[in-house]
Amino acid sequence: MKIKGVLSAINGPVVQGEGMEEFKMREMVLVGRHRLIAEVIALDQGTGTLQVYEETEGLTIGEEIVSSGRPLSVTLGPGLLGNIFDGIERPLKKIAGMDPYFFPQGIGLISLDFEKIWETRITVKVGDQVGPGTIYGRIQETLLMEHRLMVPEGLRGEVIMAAPSGSYDLETVVVKVKDALGGIHELKLHASWPVRTPRSVKERLKISQPLITGQRVLDIFFPIAKGGTAAIPGGFGTGKTMTQHQLAKWSDADIIIYVGCGERGNEMTDVLEEFPKLIDPKSQRPLMERTILIANTSNMPVAAREASIYTGITLGEYYRDMGYDVAIMADSTSRWAEALREISGRLEEMPAEEGYPAYLPSRLAQFYERAGMVTTLGDSQGSVTIIGAVSPAGGDFSEPVTENTKRFVGAFLALDRSLAYARHYPSINWLNSYSSYVTVLGGWYEDHVSPDVMKLRGEMLGILHQEARLSDIVQLVGEDVLPDSERLVLEIARIIRVGFLQQNAFHPQDTFVPLTKQYLMLSTIKYLHDLTRRGIGLGIPISRLRNPQLFEKIIKAKYTVPNDDLKPLAVILEEMDHYYEDLFAQYEKVTS
Amino acid sequence: MIKEYLNLDRIKGPLVFLRGVAEATYGEIVEITLKGGEKRKARIIQLQKDLVVAQVFEGTQGMSTTDMALRFTGRPFEIRLSPEILGRVFNGVGDPVDGGGPIYRGEDYNINGRPINPVAREYPRDFIQTGISSIDLLTTLIKGQKLPIFSGSGLPHKELAAQIVSQATLSGERAGNFAVVFAAIGVTKEDAGYFRDRFSAAGTMDKVVMFLNYADDPIVERFSAPRCALTAAEYLAFEKEMDILVVMLDITSYCEALRELSSAREEVPSRKGYPGYLYSDLASLYERAGILKGKKGSITFLPLLTMPGDDITHPIPDLTGYITEGQIVLSRELDGQGIYPPVNILPSLSRLMKDGIGEGYTREDHPHLANQLFSAYSKVLDIRGLAQIIGEDDLSETDQRYMVFGRLFEDRFLTQAKDEDRGITESLDLGWDLLRELPRGELDRLSDELIEAYLKD
Repeated sequence: MKIKGVLSAINGPVVQGEGMEEFKMREMVLVGRHRLIAEVIALDQGTGTLQVYEETEGLTIGEEIVSSGRPLSVTLGPGLLGNIFDGIERPLKKIAGMDPYFFPQGIGLISLDFEKIWETRITVKVGDQVGPGTIYGRIQETLLMEHRLMVPEGLRGEVIMAAPSGSYDLETVVVKVKDALGGIHELKLHASWPVRTPRSVKERLKISQPLITGQRVLDIFFPIAKGGTAAIPGGFGTGKTMTQHQLAKWSDADIIIYVGCGERGNEMTDVLEEFPKLIDPKSQRPLMERTILIANTSNMPVAAREASIYTGITLGEYYRDMGYDVAIMADSTSRWAEALREISGRLEEMPAEEGYPAYLPSRLAQFYERAGMVTTLGDSQGSVTIIGAVSPAGGDFSEPVTENTKRFVGAFLALDRSLAYARHYPSINWLNSYSSYVTVLGGWYEDHVSPDVMKLRGEMLGILHQEARLSDIVQLVGEDVLPDSERLVLEIARIIRVGFLQQNAFHPQDTFVPLTKQYLMLSTIKYLHDLTRRGIGLGIPISRLRNPQLFEKIIKAKYTVPNDDLKPLAVILEEMDHYYEDLFAQYEKVTS
Repeated sequence: MIKEYLNLDRIKGPLVFLRGVAEATYGEIVEITLKGGEKRKARIIQLQKDLVVAQVFEGTQGMSTTDMALRFTGRPFEIRLSPEILGRVFNGVGDPVDGGGPIYRGEDYNINGRPINPVAREYPRDFIQTGISSIDLLTTLIKGQKLPIFSGSGLPHKELAAQIVSQATLSGERAGNFAVVFAAIGVTKEDAGYFRDRFSAAGTMDKVVMFLNYADDPIVERFSAPRCALTAAEYLAFEKEMDILVVMLDITSYCEALRELSSAREEVPSRKGYPGYLYSDLASLYERAGILKGKKGSITFLPLLTMPGDDITHPIPDLTGYITEGQIVLSRELDGQGIYPPVNILPSLSRLMKDGIGEGYTREDHPHLANQLFSAYSKVLDIRGLAQIIGEDDLSETDQRYMVFGRLFEDRFLTQAKDEDRGITESLDLGWDLLRELPRGELDRLSDELIEAYLKD
């Protein structure tokens, strides 16, 4: 018999029920005649408090609350990739089948398509010993990605039945395993996992590889690591979503999970229209084949917004366990924190800073801790990288969500309003951004890019910091009073900013730039710096060292030098040699 | 079965509390009949066992705890809509106030609407020409966009909104087919009258639906007025396939009403006393703009808000900016210089313009030209800061040319008459005219080909 309670109070997305003694904390329940999905968030003797994942208008006191006996979970299996879900894994396209335009009331518990037939290759045979993580089936989920069915956690034993390879739907039992105690376990094409529990791994590994994004300011100056965490804070209009989109499009992860948490509906539509058209540079297949979208826009129920982050990370961990590198974009974690605040307020909990609940920091920590590079239970290597956008209230980075996020992430990519106003994109501020992965990844860069790349990075960043100091003076007295050596710093810094840091997401060559070109572009600027500094040493005035045509060529190299043919850069280097050697020769003659 | 109740438990501000109700539905409308026969409407906003909390739209003035008749309707807040609403004027709860009598035929619609499924949306791409250079060129309005105007008290946001409404045109076959849904929330009669006059002067009154909640009207009606307006807009756009411009002012009054209600309910406040759900609540309004796949109509949403203390980081503009697709920011400084419209272009932004401008939409040079103008004008402001300290004469030659550019930009490009309707080509050419003032080496956002093609001397 099903355990039931009775609805006794309603306040927005938070409702209460009586007679709920036998319900469990964090259990999923169904509320009312429309069977709205909800989760138990507090129990006090017989009174249970629930957060409801759907609109509660129309609920009546006295309606029944039915237990499901299990925590809020997601269904894991083929059919996730290329799909778009709401915050609790209900496919939006299937919902559109119920009502073509608006969310109907009482959508019910739906997830993957259970009728779809998948061509499955069974990879175990009767008599095999299997354990957690053993792959028992392989399915080509999309042309780009293979889906691997894994023996669930805690199950070890002998295969006593294995279906032949063939076409099956999600509910088909394809393998049976007998454990040491004689229990028989059926394995299907799908499994289930509670979203709030991290999936187990064999071992956490040290961070050792960068997540290559093709974005110069990130790859060279503030790298993100595979299995690492990064936060992108920025006020509205600074380009958070644009940056997240660029990362989703171009980063070299195998699987991208994009969680649109409390954001704009049209932005999700944009992703939906654009991603299927984008072609993965490596495989020449649409990017959508490696992408899962989770959309809980700002006008959708707030409790599902809170859950969407966990749904996203659970799906991510599932693909990680198959041995893939997964990158999760959460846009925006502030909306998630606000959902926590909103629900906490309805529960009349004692607020901490700015009305946020006191458990905000621990929830943030738990979330970011689910990232990592690991050895999976099945002994392969996989990773989950989390990149969270933060939307600080009023653009003020000292607010609680930004402050607390800062404590738990490895890379902090601060977006800057004044850069965005000047249309300097990506508007990542190089002065207050940081990446703690620079040291651990230094070795990788030196092996794979060039032995001097870290030194180059340090030197160029130094010039930018020097510029910041000098521009304070320039603001007061103008540029003309500076000595030429310092004016040179301003010139070179400008070239780094405009020619290197600014990157045009809409330009076919510039939207994604391979590391080799990034490195060569920056070395070209460094070479110019070396030559012009030598000129200053020779007493040549800045006006002669500044060759507008040459400078412009270096700045526009990002557009004029194709990504797959870097020869034009060598031509620029030669031109530089010619011009400055001639110039030096003139002055050396004069001085000698 | 409809039940009647006679006594209230408690009245507090706009809220009434009623005990002993066995079956009440969350969100349902309660009809209250006062002793003299006057009827009021209340919506249930909280249920706690047998206690019902409802907010009374017309206010609680004159109500007593006894001798009332309360009827639970079992229905959510609905308004009746038909094509006849065009040309009509309603109050904040959707009752006609123009003397034209009630809307009899038609269907009832829940004013809360339902969220649009993101997969059902069509991404907005069609350029709306407003005839205002600063908007068309630099913060382009797209059909189906929600683009607020961030203003301050005393700035000419009314004039700007009215100008946009009267000049807005679409290119192509559906040109000029806009109907307007206008919602006034807590505005003065004078401000609302201004719009009514502008609409009648333009002879467009028969294509306008107005929902008016004046500054001295009950604050709970501020909660329903925008929802009535958006429901009417959805009806006209998605059932009657019309292109709708929704103009709504003042969102600040709306948020203040929300704060007042929240405090009456003794809720835990978040920033500046506003409730923690302000973001979700504003989103439930703004996100109703858009275009649906397979429907010809659209809702383009122009909310106006006055930033308290001209502070863009105040929670109202701040949360709005996080939901809307950009913002048009007005500047007191430009207004002080007599520049109309005083659009401060640097913080202004249209997020959807990237897909609605350029080749095939406006002109190939548009995105790059816009970028160059933004970057040049931002440099002008830096140089002006410097000029204040060292004097304009001591600026370098390049900087002096920037100063000239800056003045021309404000006087010729930003400034236009209140009825001046500039075509997009005219605005684009004007932009190039200004760039001629700058040294060519400074045009780092433009390719040589574009410079060749458009920067004719």
